[in-house]
Amino acid sequence: MMPTTRSRPATSPIRPLQPALHDADVVRQIGQTPLIDLTPLAPRRKPGVCVLGKAEFMNPGGSVKDRPALRMVQEGLQSGALRDGRTLIDATSGNTGIAYAMLGAALGFPVTLALPANASDERKHLLRIYGADLILTDPMESTDGAQREVKERVAAEPDRYFYPDQYNNHANWRAHYDGTGVEILEQTEGAVTHFVTGLGTTGTFVGVSRRLKEANPDVRCVSLQPDSPLHGLEGLKHLPTALVPGIYDADLADDNLHVTTEAAQAMTRRLARELGVLVGVSGGANVAGALRVAETLETGTVVTILCDTGMRYLSEDFWNQAA
Amino acid sequence: MSTTTPTTTRLQIPTPLRSFTGGNATVAVTGDTAGAAIANLVEQFPDLKQHLYDDEGTLRSFVNVYVNDDDIRYLDGPDTRLGSDDTLSIVPAVAGG
Repeated sequence: MMPTTRSRPATSPIRPLQPALHDADVVRQIGQTPLIDLTPLAPRRKPGVCVLGKAEFMNPGGSVKDRPALRMVQEGLQSGALRDGRTLIDATSGNTGIAYAMLGAALGFPVTLALPANASDERKHLLRIYGADLILTDPMESTDGAQREVKERVAAEPDRYFYPDQYNNHANWRAHYDGTGVEILEQTEGAVTHFVTGLGTTGTFVGVSRRLKEANPDVRCVSLQPDSPLHGLEGLKHLPTALVPGIYDADLADDNLHVTTEAAQAMTRRLARELGVLVGVSGGANVAGALRVAETLETGTVVTILCDTGMRYLSEDFWNQAA
Repeated sequence: MSTTTPTTTRLQIPTPLRSFTGGNATVAVTGDTAGAAIANLVEQFPDLKQHLYDDEGTLRSFVNVYVNDDDIRYLDGPDTRLGSDDTLSIVPAVAGG
């Protein structure tokens, strides 16, 4: 694959995050997403059961990844690892990269991202619009190959880069521990009984689960993975055959579900057609898993994550299938 | 009556599926079309079948098969003809983050 090289206009110095930040800044619009009632999708549920989806697609970058990206950037600015003259570099399948690129544009630092060449065209286009430089890596190696490429570049020129390393940076799950998890507790007034979400970097699952279990040890946390090493669930990892992120904590999972790509795609279509909620296929996978959990309950409040906007996948074929 | 030998093609296996091919990154497969070549792969490594085909025996819709740099969805699908210089690839989804 040919790396894409573009010259970027000279950037002004990184704008400080505090105290110049004010309510109109795009980064202040990250988080505080609504919970959407998904219960109508589960007709077989018992009357005392509800299913809620955290509308992360409403973040300004269009995905849940705005949260960990902001936290990692904030910690980088605070520690000085991200400072004038340095470029943020990381491996990403797209959404974290879009968040980094948006933050780079908003705060004034350059961004270079490694991603597999087969990431969706919408994503690559969006990254370039925000001004990021892209390194397209071998599709056969998925994001694992992108991670290796970044590590090599950082090792060769350590002073040039700020490398947040989202797979191994504790700021990733802390963003959800201090943000997403707290919001779920507040928005459900502590009524949440089950949390279900898929594993990618695992930051959402780890951070939210830790916070919910701290508030109520009886909350059951269910992680979700593709059923097969070969799958179409962009953003999710089949951990037995992938590099396991350093931030992953398997002990937090009370149960682990497997979802087929076909079931996730079908649920993604149902969300759009029956509720008017347009999300990507990882959100569809999460809702499919959450409904499976909900249908086993006598009573309870099941919360899951609507990870990103479906606008990012409009060119995919699965939208056109019946039902 | 055809007496030609079926085409042998290099098939690239993505990292997540190499545990099914004895760790091999490429496998030599025979078949004149992309569909026949994938079927031959599954004959050689039967445990791959559930990952590539649905219960009706058709290629699962999300399985990305490329001939050289082209997705067979934009060629002739499983009927895409293969030449001995072609490289066939099964390309994985973009995973995680």
